[in-house]
Amino acid sequence: MNWNSPAEFFAMGGYAFYVWGSFGACAILMIVEPILAGRRRTSILRSLRRERLAEKLDSQ
Amino acid sequence: MNAIVAIIRRDLLLAMRRKSEVLTALFFFIIVVSLFPLGIGPEPALLRKIAPGVLWVAALLATMLGLARLFAPDHADGTLEQMVLSPTPLGLLITGKIVAHWITTGLPLVLLAPVLGIQFDLEASALWVLVVALLLGTPLLSLIGAIGAALTLGVRGGGVLLSLLVLPLYVPALIFGAGAVEAHISGVGAGGHLSLLAALLALAVFFAPWATTAALRIALE
Amino acid sequence: MSNRIVHWFKYASPQSFYPLAGKMIPLFWVLAAIFGVIGLWITFFVAPTDAQQGEGYRIIFIHVPASWMSMFIYLILAAWAGLGLALNTRLSGMMAQSLAPTGALMAFLSLWTGALWGKPMWGAWWVWDARLTSELILFFLYIGFIALQSAIDDPRRADKAGAILALVGVVNVPIIYFSVKWWNTLHQGASVSLTKSPSMAQTMLWGMLIMALCFWMYSIAVALTRVRAIILEREAHTEWVKELPEVKQ
Repeated sequence: MNWNSPAEFFAMGGYAFYVWGSFGACAILMIVEPILAGRRRTSILRSLRRERLAEKLDSQ
Repeated sequence: MNAIVAIIRRDLLLAMRRKSEVLTALFFFIIVVSLFPLGIGPEPALLRKIAPGVLWVAALLATMLGLARLFAPDHADGTLEQMVLSPTPLGLLITGKIVAHWITTGLPLVLLAPVLGIQFDLEASALWVLVVALLLGTPLLSLIGAIGAALTLGVRGGGVLLSLLVLPLYVPALIFGAGAVEAHISGVGAGGHLSLLAALLALAVFFAPWATTAALRIALE
Repeated sequence: MSNRIVHWFKYASPQSFYPLAGKMIPLFWVLAAIFGVIGLWITFFVAPTDAQQGEGYRIIFIHVPASWMSMFIYLILAAWAGLGLALNTRLSGMMAQSLAPTGALMAFLSLWTGALWGKPMWGAWWVWDARLTSELILFFLYIGFIALQSAIDDPRRADKAGAILALVGVVNVPIIYFSVKWWNTLHQGASVSLTKSPSMAQTMLWGMLIMALCFWMYSIAVALTRVRAIILEREAHTEWVKELPEVKQ
């Protein structure tokens, strides 16, 4: 175990800005990217559903 | 061989009729090179240090300017399609066009660079190395650039997109070309750099027309 | 015999790959989470404090895996793109297109963490170290690929043009790396380098490997998610898409 207290963990021996700046950016990017990819899929699904509805209404 | 010569002749003739395009790229080169001392300061020692890099970067940018001319005009008037359909291998015709492009874009840079090098207080032997480096490097730039020009033929945002694609690929040429002059100035000798530049040129002569041809066929289908 | 060949190539069509990808995505997320937890555990609680660099060195547990992944993804992207060019398959092009943003993200992360590592260690936000500089150029290559594909309207032409660019890039990456290394060794003043770390302790190596595996599983999961969207976008006019349960609801 490296850390004697949570405070020490967050301080990272004075390098907190750099270490958490790195891990933070990593976390943010790796959360945002899949969300964006998922949203891309939902938006195409939405437009496909709309198209299908439009075709159905047209053929009636 | 006849086909290549014919293509070169044709492209040179067309370039002579539109001299302004060729000269514009050249003056761009001169202006860009002159901007650096204005931005950095006239101290000769500093200028001598940055000269190889500045001249090479300016040569890169001037070559980029000329690349748009490589295929677009022929594409616009249908000549390019005729070239693709002709019995002569497209690779040979492309090589001819690239040679002509180099004659109108690269060669003037090679001839002009020593004059501009004097502005930066480079000494005579360094200027010689610069000329040789550019002589090896500018055809390399034309060859690699042709691939980019073929890929972006008729595409939106053409010129800037072309730069974005091609400039990373120009980095080795820049490093070895500018490095050759610096190595000479620092006494280490430019041999290594120039050999590597020559090797890259040989590789490009072999592969670039092939890649350019593939890219052109994709652009035209 | 022919049964087996048909069975394998069945997944080369977007139609059959779409549901397969859908089933695989959760699996890769689980793997990414497992490797991530183990990797972070090693990063923070197993790896000891470094004598010279203090706690700041823990950044390598992201920096190195991100660099590895950025290069690996570029190779895979070029392989898919080349396959698509050779076999004229649509799905290969779609896979290349879906890998590019993730690869660019990895390259960016590598540069970002490199800067945050460099500042406390060498005093500068950016050092023209050979690896970092090559990483920067790799990032430009990714951006170029993405820009070219988004500038071309026809998806098939975009696939093929991107493939040529990716293949030219892949050939150039070793040349660029070598030339930058050459440039760097000649210009290097102090011989400090981000790549020259103290003899890698076993734990550190394990930590980087496991984090790399985490990033790899993550990349696959995201790329598969994205390729499903791309398949829907490009196959929108086909019958099988119109008959999908998620469209019919």
